[in-house]
Order: sequence, then C-alpha cells, then structure tokens
Amino acid sequence: MSEVCRVAAERRGDVAILSTDGYINNQGGEEIARQAYAQLETGARALVLNLEKTRIVNSIGISILIEVLEKVMDRKGQLAFCGLTPTIDKTFRIMGLAQYAAIYPTEAEAVQGVASA
Amino acid sequence: MSLDAMGAREISLTIPVAPDMEIVATAQAAAVGEFIEMSRDKIDEVKLALVEACINAFEHAHARDDRLHLIFRVGRENARDFLEVEVLDRGRGFDQASIEQPSPEKTFSGRQKRGWGLQIMRSLMDSVAITSGEGGTRIVMRKYT
Repeated sequence: MSEVCRVAAERRGDVAILSTDGYINNQGGEEIARQAYAQLETGARALVLNLEKTRIVNSIGISILIEVLEKVMDRKGQLAFCGLTPTIDKTFRIMGLAQYAAIYPTEAEAVQGVASA
Repeated sequence: MSLDAMGAREISLTIPVAPDMEIVATAQAAAVGEFIEMSRDKIDEVKLALVEACINAFEHAHARDDRLHLIFRVGRENARDFLEVEVLDRGRGFDQASIEQPSPEKTFSGRQKRGWGLQIMRSLMDSVAITSGEGGTRIVMRKYT
C-alpha cells in the first residue's frame, strides 16, 4: 500500500468522479477535499468517490470525507461511494456515512445512482 | 511450517512517533496475518484497528521515549488461530471513563468529528483490552482467523 494517496478526477456532465489510490489519512483526505471542492466550484452537482484502489481509510481521513459530504449536502448535491472493501464499508457504517451518502458496489452504478437522484 | 515449529510466537517492533509510521506497523501485521493464513479482509480489519491505535498514541500519549512498542503474537485457542497485537506507549495515560462516546449524530451535527478510534478498534477486532495509567497505555487486540 502506498503511503501517498493519489487522486484522479474525471468529469461526466455534472457528475465528478474522484478515484483514489492508496492510504487515505489526513493528507489523503485533504487532497480529496481539495479536488472535490474544485469540482463543486466548477459546476459539479454530484460527486462519486471510487475507493477501489484504497484498502485503508483512517478515522482522520473519514472525518475529512464527512466534511466533504456536509459541503455537498449544503449545496443540495449528491455524494456516493463505490469500490469499498468490506472493512472500509463497515467503518463507514460505524461512523454513519452510510446514513447520509449512498454506497454502491461499482462506479457505473454509483454514477447512475447520483445522476438519477 | 508454523511459528511454533520455528520457535517464535511473537515479533517485537518499535516505531518512532512520526507521521506515517503506522504504515510500518501495518506491514508487519499483514505479514504475520498472512503467515497464519488469515483472510485478506480480516487482515485489513487488523491493519485499520492498528492504525487507529497508533494514531491515537501519536496524537494523545505524549510518550516519554517518543516511541511505540509493538508486539505481534500468534496463538491458538478453541481450535482457532489468532493474531494478537499489543501496542504500548510510555505516555501519560488516559481515563477511559472520561472518553466521550462518538455517534453519527454528534459527528454530523458538527460537534465531534474525531474520537472514533477506540470504537473502530472494538468494532473490527474480536477483543480489545486497554490498561492505562501514569506509566502509559497498553492496548491488546486479538483477531481470530
């Protein structure tokens, strides 16, 4: 596992897809937030966070993802996660993210889900 | 060949209190977990619990030696193998009763976004024992295969 989380952004209409690769700690979370806010500022209505290349998100990283989620909710937008390992899925449910954001198995399902919401 | 047969039931590791050193610890946990044929998903759970134990200590323990002392043990109980991870800091300790329980409601109302470490450890591991005092804090976490 890489110590540096790389984040790649892709735009499909008003849906922005951020794909992570590596450990999401405070630095990784901040990079996700930076790119997410940039997408929102340039017109994205919905965010999909694809974590299929990430195997650990620590609680600091999750707290930053919650801040991103809150900003999206403030804008009446949508945020969905996909590609979660069972451990990340479990942790997101423990911390309540699953109550406020949709979780899909695949990126295609997530994009379809936020596009139709 | 088992660790017993090799005459080694535990591995010690000391890491400095420094950014990303928790990853060094998780690499050791993964290696020992793979050795006892623990599933990848269970190893991930051990790794995240260990990450949370390490970053809690990094942030709050104020270890006098600026180190975390880790022991990775393997054993067998009731016909099941287990991996046990002990995390010891020689810091100032903490009062477990004073720790506010996190909840999604508090987290999403903005009052308490952090403070999930212990809850995550307890949720991901089969057992977690914490002893803390003036000499420091010892966390012993066990996961069965």
